[in-house]
Amino acid sequence: MPNGKEVKKMLQGKKAIIIGERDGVASPAIEACLKTVDATPIYSLTQCYV
Amino acid sequence: MSFPVIAATSYVLCHTPQLVRYGSKPAREIGKEGGDDVAARLDAALRPFEDAVGYPPNQVFIGNTAPGCLRGMERPWWKHPIAAASRFSEWGEIMPELEFLGLLKAADQFNVVQLRADLAEASSAALGEHPLPLDLERERITGISPDECQRLATAPGSLPLFLAGDPVPVGCVLIGHDEDTNLVAHILLENLATKASGALAVRHLIERNGIDPASISYVLNCGEEAVGDRYQRGGGSLSKAIAEQVGLLNASGSDTKAFCCAPVHSLVQAAALVQAKVFESVLVVGGGSLAKLGMKFRSHLDKETPILEDVLAGLAILISADDGRGPQIRLDSIGRHRVGSGSSQQAILQDLVRDPLRRIGWRLTDVDLYATEMHNPEVTEPSGSGDVPDRNYRMIASLAVIDGDIARDQIGAFVEERGVPGFSPTQGHIAAAVPMLGHAIRDLEAGRAQRAFFLAKGSLFLGKMTNMSDGMSFAIERRPSKTTDANNA
Amino acid sequence: MDLEDQGLLKRVIDENGTDNVVVILGSPDEESARVYAETVTSGDPSWAGPLAGVSLRLPVYHILEKEMRDEIDPAIYEEHVAMMEMVLDTEEITRAVREVREKGSDLG
Repeated sequence: MPNGKEVKKMLQGKKAIIIGERDGVASPAIEACLKTVDATPIYSLTQCYV
Repeated sequence: MSFPVIAATSYVLCHTPQLVRYGSKPAREIGKEGGDDVAARLDAALRPFEDAVGYPPNQVFIGNTAPGCLRGMERPWWKHPIAAASRFSEWGEIMPELEFLGLLKAADQFNVVQLRADLAEASSAALGEHPLPLDLERERITGISPDECQRLATAPGSLPLFLAGDPVPVGCVLIGHDEDTNLVAHILLENLATKASGALAVRHLIERNGIDPASISYVLNCGEEAVGDRYQRGGGSLSKAIAEQVGLLNASGSDTKAFCCAPVHSLVQAAALVQAKVFESVLVVGGGSLAKLGMKFRSHLDKETPILEDVLAGLAILISADDGRGPQIRLDSIGRHRVGSGSSQQAILQDLVRDPLRRIGWRLTDVDLYATEMHNPEVTEPSGSGDVPDRNYRMIASLAVIDGDIARDQIGAFVEERGVPGFSPTQGHIAAAVPMLGHAIRDLEAGRAQRAFFLAKGSLFLGKMTNMSDGMSFAIERRPSKTTDANNA
Repeated sequence: MDLEDQGLLKRVIDENGTDNVVVILGSPDEESARVYAETVTSGDPSWAGPLAGVSLRLPVYHILEKEMRDEIDPAIYEEHVAMMEMVLDTEEITRAVREVREKGSDLG
């Protein structure tokens, strides 16, 4: 299990591929979260299959 | 306070298994390498009309069965049809493909739909037995010779039409213009399919409720198809085309474009027009989405279920001035997802549920019945999309937890008491809360419920103009009966 | 995952490479979460799309996992995501994604 220091590095400064779903967690919501850890979305998609 | 009433509702399903091949996903898959094999597998999984009629969610959609009854029915529902199910209901019907092809021809004023003469005759004869007077439609169902039909069906750009049991095309849809890519056969078929299914819903609404067609002044079409040509790709006004088709001589109309949320937007606009006394009666209509036929067919084939997305749905809702009797749309309860609210589920629900309910002094637990995205879970579960209504109900329940109205361990009970299992075809706008309108009104009139709340969402991001989704909502309420008022006086 | 979406994803990877890339899912149930997680780690499990047989071995998380919650600003998480913990089968979803991640990604 990663220790506290490693947890911090999981998202910080990463390039993020976001796959959200309209009736789950949509990608804009995930993007808002990633802004707080300085991760950059390189692909962001919200799926809707209905 | 006086509000407009929901004067009537109608719901139809047009069973069109031979059109599934032209749904967006099937058409793309069949067009790829190995497509013949895909087409054969798809064809083998199509179900006959009797199965579509007996299918419990379809019986719920047209109003012969209450949605709550689905809880007691063994799953999978497609393996347990309702015995002696009727194709007709108080609200509409499930129509077989032969008859629908005739209505498709009748909806076409530009001779792009061609039917083989024997099929045209058979369709017209069948429609002659229909309980609704469809003579106007039948007059337009003409046919061509078998040789001409074969020639046209195989012409470049044509889409052949089929009927189960007939090895050769029974008709075709021709291209509408040699160069305009907005008038290709596929697009014309989609638009005519939504026109014909929407018109059928309106015919049921008018005939079954004894409504004078001349009393309808305005029509709002809430379907998601784009009607237009190369210079005005989404010009619209299928509303007026449908009004003409069913003989609403005093009406004009316009199309409401809001993705799946359009029916609720349309109802709000209709009610507002009536409330402002601009018009006495406004009709909201939505036909089926051919593009969505067979959308999840791959997963249905993999899981060995029949192709359940084989119906074009249609609905019609009439909004009229307060008659002192009908259930009212609470125009003071309208919720909208605002641009500035952000896209979290919580923000959406705040705009759609919490704020409107607070505005009219209701708690979440004051609502007896919620209507949300009502998609049939048997369609969505095989493809891994889960049970959409259940998830949306749980979102509303979670809001009640956050507000302190219920405890977290009461989420399941909240959903059980105030929600119902999904039953709607996955036809986009069709499933967005409005399939419950007829059922909710029944519950209100029978005193089984006092208050119902409808919320719908739209996935605007799919058009790549915005990343947002959308939502609209409204409440309806049981009117106190005159007897109750007198007793309480 | 939809075939067209697989194609777009493959193009993004071709343009950006896999270094320093992380995948975050918002899938609403266990089955779809597992399928998407597998697609970006060991390849498309249905063997039908552009990512069939393509092992991207990307680290993949679901936004509801503890690792996400621990790192993201709590107020923003609360505003945008937290409610869905009550709505979705959080335990099943996060367990599925963790299993796939630990089996297939470079971090595993």
